[in-house]
Amino acid sequence: MALATKDLSICLENKLILQRVSLTFTPGRRTAIIGPNGAGKSTLLRALASLNMHYEGQVLLDGLDVRQISRKKLARRLAILPQGMTAPPDITVGALVDYGRFPYRSWVHASDAKADREAVEWALECTHLREFKHRQVRSLSGGECQRAWIAMALAQQPEILLLDEPTTYLDIGHQLEVMNIIEELNRSGKMTIIMVLHDINHALQYSDEIVVIKDHGVFAQGTPQDILTVDMLATVFGVKADIFVNTQGAAVLSPVSLAGDRAVR
Amino acid sequence: MGDEREPELNRAVLVPHLHGWRLYRRFFVLFLFAALAVAGFFISVMLGSVQIPLEEIWQAICGSTSGIHEQIIMNIRLPRTIVAALVGINLALSGAILQAIMKNPLADPHIIGISSGAGLMGILVMLVFPGYEYLVTPAAFVGAMGAAVCIYALAWKNGIRPVRIILAGVAVSAFLGAGISALMIFYSDRVHGALMWMVGGLAARSWPHVAIIYPYTILGVLLAFLGARQLNILQLGDEIAKGLGLRVELTRIVMTAIAAMLAASSVSVVGLLGFVGLIVPHAARLILGSDYRFLLPGAAILGAAVVMLSDTFARTAFAPTELPVGILMAVLGAPFFLFLLRREL
Repeated sequence: MALATKDLSICLENKLILQRVSLTFTPGRRTAIIGPNGAGKSTLLRALASLNMHYEGQVLLDGLDVRQISRKKLARRLAILPQGMTAPPDITVGALVDYGRFPYRSWVHASDAKADREAVEWALECTHLREFKHRQVRSLSGGECQRAWIAMALAQQPEILLLDEPTTYLDIGHQLEVMNIIEELNRSGKMTIIMVLHDINHALQYSDEIVVIKDHGVFAQGTPQDILTVDMLATVFGVKADIFVNTQGAAVLSPVSLAGDRAVR
Repeated sequence: MGDEREPELNRAVLVPHLHGWRLYRRFFVLFLFAALAVAGFFISVMLGSVQIPLEEIWQAICGSTSGIHEQIIMNIRLPRTIVAALVGINLALSGAILQAIMKNPLADPHIIGISSGAGLMGILVMLVFPGYEYLVTPAAFVGAMGAAVCIYALAWKNGIRPVRIILAGVAVSAFLGAGISALMIFYSDRVHGALMWMVGGLAARSWPHVAIIYPYTILGVLLAFLGARQLNILQLGDEIAKGLGLRVELTRIVMTAIAAMLAASSVSVVGLLGFVGLIVPHAARLILGSDYRFLLPGAAILGAAVVMLSDTFARTAFAPTELPVGILMAVLGAPFFLFLLRREL
């Protein structure tokens, strides 16, 4: 179950965003996509999920062009959580998560009610939202709301989960909560995770593989230890950083100042 | 079965385990709407310049009586009441569908050019070809659908975005509105009938009008209910809907066509009746929540009840003068709409 791109080029509004990107995402692993603002991280993620299909080249799922797979079939294998979602405020968490079962329903086939119910329960369990099932979306905090959307994506029972900056606007406690849920899904559920991350230290701590996007293409791909270095931060983000080891024995990057020509004195 | 999908009262947030009640509550609300519609039906047939007792209505409908009352019921009140109910259903459904696909609380049948298109063609026939009154209805229908298609084509650019439809709708409506004004100035001697039609009214609507509108009601209701699940998904936003495997563009085109057809059929029969398509779906949403599997039937039933009752009031309140129901709808609808806005936003 591998997701890959082959010579993927995307223009948005006549502006080149990505040029001939060929990437393979290893199944069962967590890949973080990082890069400066406007580098095309979200654009890449949206193309991977077929939200935007105006591209040249191919997105391949198990070697098959995703354009040959129907949207509903795709939605059973791959779920995406974009940024900035809004739900009708009066629906309940349970109802929202249940919408994740949409790809399994059609006019002709009655859906398997038991499978639907189990998938919803499992999704609520994974996101620790069991007791929130009957709460209205409007009554949730930012962190709970984000977990509810993750639960909806999980109800699709995907093999691959794509997330676009899943921790934006959350406080650090809720950020870690979300990252831990994702880690658990990957570890016990063998779910392939592909996420755009802003926080370099989240990428360092919570991913198996890093893809750096810069200047319309892949700048680097590899393990966090190899990729997330002081040099890379200076070249890609123009930031001078210190690296040190925290009490858990893990490496932490701490930006100190703007580097090189970006430094203003 | 569906209790995990329940919207609810704010109260239920404080008491989260009331969920079972929520489902019953919504069926109960639907039942209340239906009761209101049935009451509206009988009140509408009963009241008028001649008051007819309930048992005579029943006898007349069953065909077991004859006489002047039976004549009044069968030829005047019953068909008019049925037209009112069907128009209410069509406009309310149309508005409810458009609010979901445009994701805009102000979306109503007017926004996709239904009124201006129907208005221009209807008034053109009425004023320029006064001998062809019977063509008003088909002409208005063609005009309504034509304007809707035109707005859709103008808003198309790699797919449809709600905001482009709304802007194209405003522009096309203004353009066609200029045509309506020009016609009314050039033919100012014949304007009276056109004015009545522009306000929207049910005066002298009878069996032929029932025959025009009911096929669209049946078709529209069926198609709209089939699309309830899709509308629910569309409410979550285009990105999420696509991610869930919904063909967003196709759904939006098909549902807009259904909404246009529903609204065009009513507008062509009763004129430019406003506010029903805007207010009724909002009221139903406020009471029932935004699950379209409940909201669509709720809005349809409530729409029928509201138009039947409003028409009854409009023709009896100032008897013997009959008020066009469109005026009453606007007089009642506008304050209610403001009330909703103040409460919601």
